[in-house]
Amino acid sequence: MSRDPHAAAHAHEGPHEIEMPHASMRDYVIGFVLSVILTAIPFWLVMTMPLSAGATGAIIMGFAVVQIVVHMIFFLHMTPKAEGGWSLTSLIFTVIVVVIMLAGSLWVMHHLNTNMMPMPHEPTSQTVGTTTGQVP
Amino acid sequence: MSAPTMNANAITADAPVQFYDLDEHAHPEGHSTMLGFWIYLMSDCLIFAILFACYAVLGGSYAAGPAPKDLFDLKLIALNTAMLLFSSITYGFAVLQMQQGKVKGVQIWLAVTALFGLAFLGIELYEFHHLIEIGATPQRSAFLSSFFTLVGTHGLHVTFGIIWLVTLMFQLSKHGLIAANKRRVMCLSMFWHFLDVVWIGVFTFVYLMGVLR
Repeated sequence: MSRDPHAAAHAHEGPHEIEMPHASMRDYVIGFVLSVILTAIPFWLVMTMPLSAGATGAIIMGFAVVQIVVHMIFFLHMTPKAEGGWSLTSLIFTVIVVVIMLAGSLWVMHHLNTNMMPMPHEPTSQTVGTTTGQVP
Repeated sequence: MSAPTMNANAITADAPVQFYDLDEHAHPEGHSTMLGFWIYLMSDCLIFAILFACYAVLGGSYAAGPAPKDLFDLKLIALNTAMLLFSSITYGFAVLQMQQGKVKGVQIWLAVTALFGLAFLGIELYEFHHLIEIGATPQRSAFLSSFFTLVGTHGLHVTFGIIWLVTLMFQLSKHGLIAANKRRVMCLSMFWHFLDVVWIGVFTFVYLMGVLR
């Protein structure tokens, strides 16, 4: 963590040699209150539908991203300096892989679906056995 | 993590250039556990990302069966979300008690966290049971297969989190707040809050977007 090789040896002598994030009541309360607000509004929007479906979808996706960041900062105590920056580096790497995978899968599968030759339908196997009638 | 760069003192005219590290380093027990556990969580994140991608691709394939609108009860999901959120802040209280060195307080808040976790699992199992009872089984359609796989994997993680919580309570009562136990409390803290982060994705993407669709 330090350029000076002796710094690590000195740190070892202390009683608390393991670096741990410091948590505070303030962090947890702020994180909890923000999370409650960021959870309640999406549920309210979908349950009462005051807006159009498209706008509601965009808003709740935005709220989810904000809430994930809130959890990272206030509950997981992420800082750019944690673990000498390696926590953040691995997080950014993971986010990049996840975005490529999600966007790529959706893109490829969407094009496969739209460019697929129409399949001949066999009405007997397609419609028999539906459970929609049993579902409330 | 000690700077892997070349030792500046070694590069002089007469000394040979060394590209490997000869210095003895101190490696206190558990000094890399937190980072290692974080990297495990990132790999877990990839598992969930794959399951989310599956659900995103297959979530609209109902095979003439029930759609999310017919199946999901948002009031139940809101209650479930509240349980997981409460368990997150009670775990935070356990960490605060640990910082003050109070074993009893840590154990009490861990127990409260476990109860909220069990409530979450109970509600989820009730929902699954209800779905299977009305014929919305994983075999019914690609949408339901990917739904049960994604939400079920999250539920399994919560189950193992609760097993770990109970194990940790026994370790705390046996050894108290030793360095190893503090490390375990912090690792489980990361695991537990991480599960809450995944749940944000589940309730937004699967339940709320599903009902909108």
